[in-house]
Amino acid sequence: MFGIRGDAPEPPSQRAVAGNPGTPILSPRHPGRAVSTAAALLAVAVLGDVLVTNANFRWDIVGHYFFSATIMSGIGMTLALTGICMAIGSVLGTVLAIMRRSANRVVSLIAGGYIWFFRGTPVLVQLVFWYNLAALFPRVSIGLPFGGPTFLHASTNALIRPFTAAVLGLGLNEGAYMAEIVRGGIQSVDAGQADAGRALGMTHLQIMRRVVLPQAMRAIIPPTGNETIGMLKMTSLVSVISLADLLYSAQLIYSVNFQTIPLLITASLWYLIITTVLTIGQSRVERHFSRGFVRAREQRQTPLRWLRSGEH
Amino acid sequence: MAEMVRAEAVRKSFGRSPVLNGIDLRVDGGEVVCLIGPSGSGKSTFLRCINHLERIDSGRIYVDGELVGYRQDATALREMGEREIARRRAHIGMVFQQFNLFPHMTVIENVMEAQIATRTANKRDAETIAHDLLGKVGLSQRCQAYPGQLSGGQSQRVAIARALATRPKVMLFDEATSALDPELVGEVLGVMRALAEEGMTMIVVTHEMGFAREVGDRILFFDKGCIAQDAPPERFFGAQEDPRIRAFLGHIAY
Repeated sequence: MFGIRGDAPEPPSQRAVAGNPGTPILSPRHPGRAVSTAAALLAVAVLGDVLVTNANFRWDIVGHYFFSATIMSGIGMTLALTGICMAIGSVLGTVLAIMRRSANRVVSLIAGGYIWFFRGTPVLVQLVFWYNLAALFPRVSIGLPFGGPTFLHASTNALIRPFTAAVLGLGLNEGAYMAEIVRGGIQSVDAGQADAGRALGMTHLQIMRRVVLPQAMRAIIPPTGNETIGMLKMTSLVSVISLADLLYSAQLIYSVNFQTIPLLITASLWYLIITTVLTIGQSRVERHFSRGFVRAREQRQTPLRWLRSGEH
Repeated sequence: MAEMVRAEAVRKSFGRSPVLNGIDLRVDGGEVVCLIGPSGSGKSTFLRCINHLERIDSGRIYVDGELVGYRQDATALREMGEREIARRRAHIGMVFQQFNLFPHMTVIENVMEAQIATRTANKRDAETIAHDLLGKVGLSQRCQAYPGQLSGGQSQRVAIARALATRPKVMLFDEATSALDPELVGEVLGVMRALAEEGMTMIVVTHEMGFAREVGDRILFFDKGCIAQDAPPERFFGAQEDPRIRAFLGHIAY
């Protein structure tokens, strides 16, 4: 009989004898794996061949425009929008999540209503809506409500430029999604943690900031990374309000030279590059917030370590 | 001895089911009172009412002469503001069955946190105090460890050090050894015993009859939300006359 034994391995001379408890334990064979690996490699080779040999891809044009000024400024716009909108979304989402969990029913309902509305309408509609806000409110003023005195006023069109409309549309929409992510994260923290904080004499806010949110981050970061990458591409919607992001910049170029495919490839490659950088950043942040949860000896699997380990 | 904790006619129910049916109790400074009884008898809930983790429906609870969580109005009790409640709670230490250490902070950060949050010490003093307390529970070597790297017994000793950091006047233990492997119970009871010998006022919900008998000054038997008996351990364990309590003690091996 075979058994797993905790003592030291026996000398090789005694191994390999059937029925000897010192016989090594082997993993099962996988003959199918060689076949599937070959098939997959073949598919990749065919794809690579097509990419290289089909002249219609016009890689020369991709190369020509890859670092062009128009594309570069488009990338700047895309990155700025992604950063600003995610920042607004995260802060707003945290506030909404805490409101949603408030004991005050009115506060909780308002947060719920916000989430319901902004998740329930297409973000494209929201973008166009903010862009056309002037049709609804020609003038914006700051003052007391219900006909009180006004202190400042301006025309809406002067305030809501395309960039502002884009930030409002994407940021406020993102807030609704982030609220649900943060709420889920807060709920994932054991109630005993808040009990302990209260018993120690911490206030509600201190418990949130010092105890609950740092632990909730572990559950919040992965979907937030997802949201950031989603936002990166969602910013391409701003072309409808003629804001020159990465995609719109590519469109500007191909509307003149009609090289549609090469310029879409250029834009896509840039989206892929930025996504890759964001993914690396995400795993860094995840590692930071898993303090105390990951044992020191456990090494996280990264693609590089996976290749080196040879266990595949 | 001066009075440290007083409960008067404390009542509480969860929804329609009553949990506490009029608890009256006086604990003097330096006393160790052990609450025992069947599960669901209200002993843990009563403990959580003392530091206002649970609201009470009626009655009064005083710690060191002050109401916890409420202020006496002309006609009624009014719940205090959050800050005031927090300040009172800092003077009442609590140790939980599940330790509830903060897993994202190191051991020493766990013990420093309350001092900094309640501004009882600045960062440097907090660290010194935390070091001393961790030394007292025999864990000065593990200051930089995370709770996930500790055994259950070590975790609970850190939790005790954490609760002591704000210099509480009374310590509440809510089944502090129930989640531990049997061989780790002793180290935690040892720390609790040392604390009792230093004169700390302690209210201990426990199933450790040996500890209750040795360290307890009084044993309170909870049953159906009432204190069914309040007796010194010699009488409680030695000459128990109540058949209900005899049956309960018979079920528990000690």
